Amino acid sequence: MKKIAISQLNTLFAAIAARKTLYIPADDGAGSAKFTVWQEGVTLTDKLNTVRSAKDLFFPQVENLVNFKVEGTKIDIVENRDAAEPFVVFGVRACDCASFDILDRVFLSDPVDTFYQTRRENGVVITLACSRPAETCFCGVFGIDAANPAGDITCWMDGESLYWRANTKKGEQLTAALDLADCDGSAVTAQQEATREILKKLPLNSLDLSDFKDQKLLDVFNSPKWAQLSESCLGCGTCTFVCPTCQCYDVQDFDNGREVRRFRCWDSCMYSDFTMMAHGTNRPTQKERFRQRFMHKLVYFPNNNEGIFGCVGCGRCLQKCPIHMNIVKVAKALKEELK
Amino acid sequence: MPVNEEFKPTIVAFCCNWCSYAGADLSGTNRLQYPANVKIIRIPCSCRLNPMFILRAFQRGADGVILCGCHPGDCHYTTGNYYARRRMTLLFSMLDFLGIERERTRVEWVSAAEGAKFAATMNDFSATIHKLGPNRRLEDLRCRKD
Amino acid sequence: MQERLKQKAIQLLENGTVDRILGWKTGEFFYDLTPAVFTTREQIEKDFVFNVFSGANLSKYLIAESRKGGKIAAFIKPCDSYSFQQLLKEHRIWRDNVFVVGVQCDGMCDAAKLGDGVLSVKEDGENLIVETLYGEKTVAKADALADRCASCKSKKIVIFDELIGEQGEETENDRFGEVARLEAMTPEERYEFWRGELSRCIRCNACRNVCPACSCEKCVFDNANSGVRNKAAADSFEENMFHIIRAFHVTGRCTDCGECSRVCPQNIPLHLLNRKMIKDINELYGEYQAGADMDTKPPLTNYTVDDCEPSIVHERGGL
Repeated sequence: MKKIAISQLNTLFAAIAARKTLYIPADDGAGSAKFTVWQEGVTLTDKLNTVRSAKDLFFPQVENLVNFKVEGTKIDIVENRDAAEPFVVFGVRACDCASFDILDRVFLSDPVDTFYQTRRENGVVITLACSRPAETCFCGVFGIDAANPAGDITCWMDGESLYWRANTKKGEQLTAALDLADCDGSAVTAQQEATREILKKLPLNSLDLSDFKDQKLLDVFNSPKWAQLSESCLGCGTCTFVCPTCQCYDVQDFDNGREVRRFRCWDSCMYSDFTMMAHGTNRPTQKERFRQRFMHKLVYFPNNNEGIFGCVGCGRCLQKCPIHMNIVKVAKALKEELK
Repeated sequence: MPVNEEFKPTIVAFCCNWCSYAGADLSGTNRLQYPANVKIIRIPCSCRLNPMFILRAFQRGADGVILCGCHPGDCHYTTGNYYARRRMTLLFSMLDFLGIERERTRVEWVSAAEGAKFAATMNDFSATIHKLGPNRRLEDLRCRKD
Repeated sequence: MQERLKQKAIQLLENGTVDRILGWKTGEFFYDLTPAVFTTREQIEKDFVFNVFSGANLSKYLIAESRKGGKIAAFIKPCDSYSFQQLLKEHRIWRDNVFVVGVQCDGMCDAAKLGDGVLSVKEDGENLIVETLYGEKTVAKADALADRCASCKSKKIVIFDELIGEQGEETENDRFGEVARLEAMTPEERYEFWRGELSRCIRCNACRNVCPACSCEKCVFDNANSGVRNKAAADSFEENMFHIIRAFHVTGRCTDCGECSRVCPQNIPLHLLNRKMIKDINELYGEYQAGADMDTKPPLTNYTVDDCEPSIVHERGGL
């Protein structure tokens, strides 16, 4: 275990930024936080988490794939991948860090998504343990310990010091290059105990999702509850875009008259043209689209991935949904039905 | 923003079929000069101009967009240009509110008989845009030619 | 108030006036209410809520609900009533199938202003007693008031079949203050301001989808054949285009209910674009409030022969 005084935080960030691009969660000037490239003057936010998750750094909302240059009857295919630079992201919370495991299962399984893979290889993840969780947090449901997050390096912060523990080879390499003092883990243990006491009090942390594991897929799929749950859904993409585990994207072309730029961008199962096919859409109303999102997270994903749910309990959708419909309400309503 | 001497603004002129389009024709037959970088798009009436057309023109490289229609009162469809006038007033105001240079957009009423006015308008608008420099605030970087 | 609404809902269901009730349903915490349709007395007794977080404007749901057959009763607050009447004016709601219960409103609160860790809230007169993970505190309602309610334009319920609470009047407000502040800036400053705001947009479409005035069956931005569809802003131009077209398309129809800014996950002050258009309309074409009545012609489907020329944008001082 290493440590550095909070007053020296800027020096630490400068030392990291001298080696690699460093992202830290900073205030966005509009009451929220976002991952921002550190430079002199950028300070760590005191907000619990960012609106957009750390997923953005590995799977950005828009990403160039390839260009087609058209001249007469000749089409050239031009590589135009966005430059992939090594980077460090500091201040990732336990939930967001756990979301990488879920994204890895999607993007790093065959066929490997090389765009995502490159970013994963290039990125060093420094997590920050929570000490003041929100009422909307429920990472504990998924076995995530907010007081002891994973990542290449784990940090804890109290009023005076930042405690630092390297977990992986990547983390150790970065640690070796920095000037940090050795210390014992007593302060961290004390903070962890205090945090875990708060985590126990979180109202949603006791949600039991085991019903979904043994449930017959069709029972959930055909539940009459879906109509009721989805009736006021606006069909916006807020929940999917702030979600750290949503991974659907669309591939689109932009034609400027001289060349075609093929890019991918996040898609949302809430949108009417999601998975649109030649015959039309197989999810004609918001009920089916809404169902898709929650079935994917609570049923399909665990069915295909050794029971791991496609949710990390970060609570963003609870905070941001314009009509306050969310995975917790859905899970509770369905559980009632399935009993 | 340095004003590049080489800068040749691209101007899109939406012209009503019943007046300005014929006015442009007339200025041509009268051998009046107006800049070759004015690209005319014919529309059936000034009120056909969907605000999206203006934005798309800027997206795809226009530095200035001008709408030419019949003089108020002379609309081929009686009232089309009155609606266009309100719409464009509010749209230009919104663009201005967003900080887009207000000189980049303009409306002029040019009749079929006003060939000289058409040429003068285009010369003046082109000079204004030339002075203003290239459109940077409402451009799509993916469409940039350089 | 909540009890009166519940009693009214139950009464309307049981005396056969309507077969469904549109209201707000309780959530996990006090503040996370969801618009919902209730069909039984039990549901209403158990889940129906009306409190300082019943901010969601229910008018837009009535486009679909009024077409489902049967009759639905909806609780409509003053600002919602403008949206409702505007939709009626546009023939989007089938009036015969809706029973409007007007509800007077003292302003809605913004949960974000209560601080973190909120577990529950109790209303206590002018105060909210907030129980959080980190202790209990008292917050004055006025301090937690949503921004849009702080500049409330009207307490008048412009259309209703029955009223709960007092009918109100249009109120003095400073809702164009922020617009005027921006107008006073230089174009460069305004450009920087809006770039800063709009660059946060994640194109979730919440502003569009919640907007009672945005009721197209298929939005141009969802239509692959339109040439401008985009699911994400791949260039800053697309951010600008979406927001210009969104605001312009509701110009003259926007009632200034403020839902766009309420739902924006990135806190973009989208209502300022709409208010700019309302302010311009008021100044250039005469005072106009969308949804205030059924008769007046909307400013963009109307004209006078001596309207100002678009060049007024150059000429107006201070712009």
